[in-house]
Amino acid sequence: MKAWLIQHRRGLRAALARFAATPLGSLFNILVIGFALALPFGFYSALDSLQTFALHGLDSSGPQLSVFMALDAGRDDVTKIEQQLRQNQHVDKFHLVPRDQALQELKQSSGLADVVDSLPQNPLPDAFVVSATDRSPAVLEALRDEIQAWPRVDHVQLDSAWAQRLDALLRIGRTAALLLAILFAIVLVAVTFNTIRLQILTQRDEVAVAKLIGATDAFMRRPLLYFGMVLGLSSGAAAWLLVTGGILLFNHELGTTLPVAITSFRLACPSSGPSLSLFALATTLGWLGAWLAANRNIALLEAESK
Amino acid sequence: MISFSHVSKHYPGGREALKDVSFALDAGEMAFVTGHSGAGKTTLLKLLAAIERPTAGSIIVNGQNIGSLKLRAVPFLRRNFGLVFQDHKLLFDRTAFDNVALPLEIAGYSGNDIAKRVRAALDKVGLLPQERAMPIALSGGEQQRLCIARAIVQRPAILLADEPTGNLDADYAASIGELFRSFNQVGVTVVIATHDQTLRAQLNPRVIALKQGSIES
Repeated sequence: MKAWLIQHRRGLRAALARFAATPLGSLFNILVIGFALALPFGFYSALDSLQTFALHGLDSSGPQLSVFMALDAGRDDVTKIEQQLRQNQHVDKFHLVPRDQALQELKQSSGLADVVDSLPQNPLPDAFVVSATDRSPAVLEALRDEIQAWPRVDHVQLDSAWAQRLDALLRIGRTAALLLAILFAIVLVAVTFNTIRLQILTQRDEVAVAKLIGATDAFMRRPLLYFGMVLGLSSGAAAWLLVTGGILLFNHELGTTLPVAITSFRLACPSSGPSLSLFALATTLGWLGAWLAANRNIALLEAESK
Repeated sequence: MISFSHVSKHYPGGREALKDVSFALDAGEMAFVTGHSGAGKTTLLKLLAAIERPTAGSIIVNGQNIGSLKLRAVPFLRRNFGLVFQDHKLLFDRTAFDNVALPLEIAGYSGNDIAKRVRAALDKVGLLPQERAMPIALSGGEQQRLCIARAIVQRPAILLADEPTGNLDADYAASIGELFRSFNQVGVTVVIATHDQTLRAQLNPRVIALKQGSIES
């Protein structure tokens, strides 16, 4: 157990010493991978903020359902629907727009007073404007279908089309972020692989000698794996700093150029969950690249030195 | 301690480096493997250290059959050996001290232990004053002694040396010879591949003479 600990401490120290030996090269390596990781991570963070904004920020009441009664529905029918709405657990609040009031509003707002006056009768039905407790499209659609089936209800319109469209766009965005993440994960593995490969090649003498005097493959691999992990973690931290810095700058710009009244939109800084995932993923990928390079190149050197 | 029975080694391409070689060495013996270049001396040492595997026959070291040794077990077998190379195989990017420390680091010794043992080994070969020197700053004889210090630092049961005096002038060679004698006197089995007649006269060891891959009787 103690020897095991000593070996690992030594491996980590050797890895850090290698970083220190080539500070500039290491820094650029970290920056290259950091930028590569910052793209999908920043994209993802922005999408997250957009979604929160779309669901809660833009319209405080959220998407609404307009329930239109049949034209010949009477007072009793309206009262019945009112009760049913009150009892429905998915309905947050609602208000009735009586047909007469709707006609008045139409007259005032549209400038069609003459036309409206010339109508023989009120063409508008009684209507309810309903807000749901849940804002997810699936629940809203279910609620729409439910109300649609009630007696004397002519038509239910879900005015969340924009929300659905935005939701679909966000979903596409998230898929794009995922693809980017996969691409740049491969970049990270490739860069680590190459860095470690070069490192092994410059240390071919050491590898050959160490093997001759009893070094196990694990011993040779250990500092390289730590190197890959430190490289990955540092790059993840660099990506995090880049994204967080970018978001703060962006928010600052929003604050100074736009009047507060227009928008309260702000990008949120990455929260702890995604940040920790970023660090864990970057470290794992760095380890993977190092592992692949170490296994392949140590074996190659060994075959060569015989 | 070491036994070869009917060992042959063919290299791809048909060259037969060793042909039906059999001998046995007891613990604490000193033996020279002699012969011209290409007689198979180096191959014999490589087989001993499991750098190469025999094509036929069996090699037993410390009760272990090297021919059937699992790849994963090879590093642990090598820790029984101290290896001295004609070209030293020192690492030029680190000090004399760190070169000698390498086998101990590999075996997982703690820092204090390493310092103690490395200084003892350097002292033994007379290089303690140069522990901070880089190998490039050492003479050929000093480099060879550094290589020996690295070979003995782990107190191996068997010391293998391939042409240890190959590139050295007579004075240096004699002092190296004395080193080998002193290790042998404390019970280390020593196997040296060499064609250095002076060294042979100095140490008067048992001789395994090879000629074109076979033992000369």
